[in-house]
Amino acid sequence: MTDAIIRNVEASHLKEIPVFGSGDTVKVHVRIKEGEKERIQVYQGVVISRKGGGTSESFTVRKISGGIGVERVFPLHSPNVAKIEIVKFGRVRRAKLYYLRKKIGKAARIRERRVIVKK
Amino acid sequence: MIGFIGKKVGMTTIFGADGTAIPVTILLAGPCEVIQVKSPERDGYSAVQLGFEPTDKKISKPELGHFKKAGTKVYKTLREFRVEDPQNYSVGQIITVEHFKIGDKVDLSGISKGKGYQGARKRYHFSGGPKTHGQSNKWNSPGSLGQSSSPSRVFKGVRMGGRMGNDKVTIPGSKIVSIDPENNLILVRGAVVGPRGGYITIEKKG
Repeated sequence: MTDAIIRNVEASHLKEIPVFGSGDTVKVHVRIKEGEKERIQVYQGVVISRKGGGTSESFTVRKISGGIGVERVFPLHSPNVAKIEIVKFGRVRRAKLYYLRKKIGKAARIRERRVIVKK
Repeated sequence: MIGFIGKKVGMTTIFGADGTAIPVTILLAGPCEVIQVKSPERDGYSAVQLGFEPTDKKISKPELGHFKKAGTKVYKTLREFRVEDPQNYSVGQIITVEHFKIGDKVDLSGISKGKGYQGARKRYHFSGGPKTHGQSNKWNSPGSLGQSSSPSRVFKGVRMGGRMGNDKVTIPGSKIVSIDPENNLILVRGAVVGPRGGYITIEKKG
């Protein structure tokens, strides 16, 4: 019964999220506040992990920026994550792609998975 | 009214208006019914006794008589709260979460989880002994217990290992983040003492 109450409370804070997982390349639209102004910044990279559940679920996106690996962790349901766009689905064999951190260049590629998107 | 009875449901995260994640504890609070009003003339002090969670379980005869006298339902839990104005309350009055506002600071009290017999390190946050430099077996020892031949005894109240937890703990000034009158829920910021399902008294300050 208590779990049902927690889920009910969380329900109003959950967003509709497109289906994506580890290995997929995504564009994350992040709301950034600079003083009074608010703008959207797009961060593109490969999802290397999704963890947690409910409102506290988060995902990690890795990209190579100027030769340096950058990883950002986003709370999946945060209002600051305005939109998640899926660029490419990737074919991977595990849920957490932490091994990519040790791979450089061509070795860090991920095979693409062709998906028929239903309209 | 300054006090209220609730039950800890569990913790979760919600998002504030500016997108910050807020850790919250969900409390199932009330509705509570006034069972008895204590007045200075009759009882020597003024207080209100509240009942929480109606039950049909067998309870002791004296308790049953107490509810019968009040003419109310039979409740699982009773708690008393000191009030300044007992004349404003009457037996049978129902008090709900609507009594509180979002942003109110409340004191939350409950019984902490029992930890059993614990050493001074965990119980009183002692730092323990050194791990290296030839140290062999004093990692968790509390160290000195006092002086030598004078007083040649250990003073009373020196902190040592022993039973930990299962104490009444009050968390002062917890902020109410959200209220759901429909489901009798209060969301307070941060952690609350005790296990899930433990009873918590919620008291408004001032």
